[in-house]
Amino acid sequence: MAQIFHRSANTLSRVTIFGAIFFVGFVLWAIGGIVRSPYFTNQGIHREQPVPFSHQHHVAGLGIDCRYCHTSVEKSSFAGLPPTSTCMNCHSQIWTNAEMLEPVRASFASGKPIVWSRVHRLPDFVHFNHSIHVNKGIGCVSCHGRIDTMNLVYQASPLTMEWCLDCHRAPEKHIRPREEVFNLAYVAKDQATLGPELVKKYNVQKLTSCSTCHY
Amino acid sequence: MSDQKELSFADFRARIGDQRPREFWRSLEELSRSEVFDEFMAQEFPQQSLPLQKGVDRRSFMKLMGASVTMAGLAACSQPADAIVPYVNQPENLIPGKPIYFASAMTLGGYAQGVLVESHMYRPTKIEGNPDHPSTLGASDAFMQASILDLYDPDRSQVVRKYGDTSTWSEFISALQPVLNGARTNGGSLRLLTQTITSPSLGAQIQRLLQTYPGMRWHQWDAVTRDNIREGGRLAFGGYVSTHYDFTKADVVVSLGSDFLDDGPGHLRYARDFMSRRKVRAGETQTVNRLYAIESGVSSTGSVADHRLPVKPSQVEGYARAIATGLGLAADGAATDNANWIGALVRDLQSKRGRSVVIAGDEQPAAVHAIAHAINAALGNLGSTVLITDPVEVGTTNQLASLAELVRDINAGAVKGLIILGGNPVFDAPADFNFKQVFQKVPFRAHLSMRYDETSNLCQWHIPETHFLETWGDARAHDGTVSIMQPLIAPLYNGRAAIEVLSAMIGGLDQTPYQAVRSYWFANGATEDSWRKWLHDGVVANSALPQRAAAASMAIPPVQRATVSGIEIELRHDPTIYDGRFANNGWLQELPKPQSKITWDNVMLMGPKTADAIGFGKEEREKLFNEKQTRFADVNYRGVSMRLPVWVIPGHSEGSATIFFGYGRTQGGRIASPEGQPIGFNTYPMRFSNALHGGAGAQIRVAEAGIYPVACTQEHQSIDPKDVGERGIVRAGTFEQYKKDPTFAQDEHHGSDPGMEHTEDSMYPPFAYKQHAWAMVIDTSLCTGCNGCVIACQSENNIAIVGKEEVVRERELHWLRIDRYYRGDVSNPEVFHEPVPCMQCELAPCEPVCPVEATSHSEDGLNDMTYNRCVGTRYCSNNCPYKVRRFNFFHYADYDTPALKPMRNPDVTIRTRGVMEKCTYCVQRVNHAKIEAEKQDRRVRDGEVVTACQQACPTEAIVFGDMNDPNSKVAQLKKQPTNFALLGELNTRPRTTYLATIRNPNPELVVAAPAAAEAEHH
Repeated sequence: MAQIFHRSANTLSRVTIFGAIFFVGFVLWAIGGIVRSPYFTNQGIHREQPVPFSHQHHVAGLGIDCRYCHTSVEKSSFAGLPPTSTCMNCHSQIWTNAEMLEPVRASFASGKPIVWSRVHRLPDFVHFNHSIHVNKGIGCVSCHGRIDTMNLVYQASPLTMEWCLDCHRAPEKHIRPREEVFNLAYVAKDQATLGPELVKKYNVQKLTSCSTCHY
Repeated sequence: MSDQKELSFADFRARIGDQRPREFWRSLEELSRSEVFDEFMAQEFPQQSLPLQKGVDRRSFMKLMGASVTMAGLAACSQPADAIVPYVNQPENLIPGKPIYFASAMTLGGYAQGVLVESHMYRPTKIEGNPDHPSTLGASDAFMQASILDLYDPDRSQVVRKYGDTSTWSEFISALQPVLNGARTNGGSLRLLTQTITSPSLGAQIQRLLQTYPGMRWHQWDAVTRDNIREGGRLAFGGYVSTHYDFTKADVVVSLGSDFLDDGPGHLRYARDFMSRRKVRAGETQTVNRLYAIESGVSSTGSVADHRLPVKPSQVEGYARAIATGLGLAADGAATDNANWIGALVRDLQSKRGRSVVIAGDEQPAAVHAIAHAINAALGNLGSTVLITDPVEVGTTNQLASLAELVRDINAGAVKGLIILGGNPVFDAPADFNFKQVFQKVPFRAHLSMRYDETSNLCQWHIPETHFLETWGDARAHDGTVSIMQPLIAPLYNGRAAIEVLSAMIGGLDQTPYQAVRSYWFANGATEDSWRKWLHDGVVANSALPQRAAAASMAIPPVQRATVSGIEIELRHDPTIYDGRFANNGWLQELPKPQSKITWDNVMLMGPKTADAIGFGKEEREKLFNEKQTRFADVNYRGVSMRLPVWVIPGHSEGSATIFFGYGRTQGGRIASPEGQPIGFNTYPMRFSNALHGGAGAQIRVAEAGIYPVACTQEHQSIDPKDVGERGIVRAGTFEQYKKDPTFAQDEHHGSDPGMEHTEDSMYPPFAYKQHAWAMVIDTSLCTGCNGCVIACQSENNIAIVGKEEVVRERELHWLRIDRYYRGDVSNPEVFHEPVPCMQCELAPCEPVCPVEATSHSEDGLNDMTYNRCVGTRYCSNNCPYKVRRFNFFHYADYDTPALKPMRNPDVTIRTRGVMEKCTYCVQRVNHAKIEAEKQDRRVRDGEVVTACQQACPTEAIVFGDMNDPNSKVAQLKKQPTNFALLGELNTRPRTTYLATIRNPNPELVVAAPAAAEAEHH
């Protein structure tokens, strides 16, 4: 019987079969990459805000503490967003005529809140508590990045579960003394020895149960 | 099916010669073991085998698919921008993300029950009992819990209406003026109709109104009337009084048709006090109280009685007279049956002088109440266990007479204006008053109510009423303690309070409810400091009414009731939707009724023999699909014919039937009357003014045709002893037995399956719970089956309702169910309640079978359910021996109704379709407590984590805590000799365990208990 397939079909079939493995691998790798990309996680994306509030100016430039505005960060799951009146504490005295601040004044006069664009958002099935992290020596910067260098705030971390677990499995890599929590520029001299010490001192547990966050 | 039968446990038992009789049983169907029942039980998961019957036609399928494709496209985009909105001026003391609690009070039947309301960013989300309030002591009942859903109910009335059209408050005020002007000269032309009122400030305003319009009359009507109690008190004490009880001191309690543990003012307190005497704990010398119940239907109180005597409602009086006679009072007409029983009861009472209570039920005539008072007086209970005060109510009156007077005057043409504050008299007035027709003769009719209901529909004017969480007010508790009610939220739907309507009627007083309540109390001794303290505490200190030195009349009223032939019916308000006011509350509709476990319906209850007599015998019933279907019966009672579904319930008195009113609302809202079709049956036409609570002479015959589906949850998720064997799922004993052998409930006495050795071995390496080990103990002695826990869980955990059709398919989502078990003869079995939440097994069978690890173990030993991981294989629920997992077959959670969004607990995820859910031990509360403790560098203290069910439980039957802490309450209870695990021999090591039920029957009356209740009993 005459051969139906040309000899090259052998090579072709081998390439196809083994190639398929690589192809499937590539597709999986690509999907993995995409879901971790800023396209999905919103990492690094600036949000247009009604007032172009600059953390860089207020934090680094003026030295205002995080807690001046985010008042409940040490007490509650929610760090808190400053009410218009907090802005007006200063801006009723300075830059009273700045055009940029018109929405703030309008809000204060009319009683209608400023509608900010949300930057950090977790899905509804995840429960995150700011206060316990702050109280256990996790600095703002560990998740939010160098806010003091941002003009418009963007999400510095991917906020994926994988990223959360990196720290929950090894808190010693990120923990810092409680008094340095709000110091965005703090860098430990020797995290490798300090980290485990603080973990012990603050009685930090490696909580990786599902119900730590999901309930 | 037939293949499975060959392998059934019954055959297996037969083969190994196991002939131990069945002791506990759950339903008549189980007892009779019909073919249909066996088939039903063989389908272990009918909720899964049923097709997805919410059919989708081709057209909608294409539409949905089209939408899905579009959505899939959208979902692929990065997250849409989300807004975040701060305050302009943030309120002081508000910490965003942390709930605040406010004290207030809810009234039902006029009486206050103190509440603590959880408020997230000033949105009330959950109601708890106020620990400082004498009526609740921190507990809560189903109505309190579910009232939060009423607040957000999108079907609440939202505008003032004139002839059904949108109008305004000021137009109403101007329309009211001519009527008021007329009343200035002729006060009698203006009438006010209210429900029972205990509010001092509202009472003062009504007095003022009556002074403004001399001759004006104030009428009262509550469908769940307490007239018998009022009149009984008057017979005994010569004037209206209020009675409340101290059950902590009562060694013997006799209930004459009273459901004091689960109904009426103060029932939560009574349940706590009563059950405080039933906590049998090792190492404590104690006496256990004893409860005798003489009643017709099985009430929650009767279900936990040590001795229960089912008698026709009209016979209760005879037994009351027999007890009185036995105690030496002159009472004729005493019952002569059950003389032994009564004799033993009387001797028991005599030995507990000053330490007993005889309490009569609302449905019993005034004479029975008078007899109860006389007995209590004769026993020296007055002032000790029975406390008499001046009336708690404002303007105490015979409400039936009051309404009758109104009807008479309307018919005489004397009434020109009728203002109705709350209530729904068109729906719930006695049938023979013909109120619907009569009251339309009044030229000016206005109705203040939360819903545009049957009464509003027939009034020219309707004013939306505020919910109790939206307005200021005050009310008295069962002992007279005053609570100031403060609003948690501004009126959502432009509602007005009764106080505002009254202010408008008095005229010249443009008072807000706040001003009215505040000015009343400042005129009555409040200072700025005390006012703030009252608001904070939720009670006005020392405002309980003082005890009255009252001597009850020992004269027993003469016999009045004549016995009539035919079946006797008893009319009662529905246990979950009350008089119909909660008919639009989905939580309460879907809540299984405490004893019958029926949801979404009012069926007629009767005993098995009566069922035989009306032609609905065992043979007829066996043809029906067990616990899901029933037949209709034609009821002919005093000229009213009605076709009602009939339901047979063990323990119901024979020759009588219980009919519940409250259902059959035509204008209740989308839940109560979907598309204008009422759910359930309106039985108010059977309520006559001379027989408000039913009477004799009913002809009942089962109807030839028609099968009615009933959503009864009793056999849902049941652990079938046919498959698992008699392994002591319920364990019960007497106090005597306990004293002889405290370990009577241990496994060796409840022979587990012969083929199975109890072993501690496991395939998995042992796990050390270093930090906490959360655990729960449920004392089944204390559970009355009241359902407070079930609905507290629903509220706390955002549990969706599924509707009657889906309940019939066993797809209800309640994380906690209360199993009801019977023991003994069907005519009067003992009843046992067993709440079953997730057992949180240490070696949980659900965990290894999950293909995606959506259910896993936490370091505290919790059996976590991770919703976002769940793909809906349902393997876990198939593998759960306790059947505590619930699956969202459809999109049950209402994501769309805007009004319901603020109601939900923000700390708990709302589950979507295709996701398994179950009890989490309120992990959100656990985590919250852990975080707060960690912040202070300490361990969680015992009692800091309180689960929702535990918090609601009036009898403290549920205890939760950390087993690793040897001093915790839960660890102590686990050491009790009566502690047992459900199906412990499966080696699941459940964290939830039970304390066996201990009852305290009178040794005189204990006969050799029938070992088994097999089918031949019936």
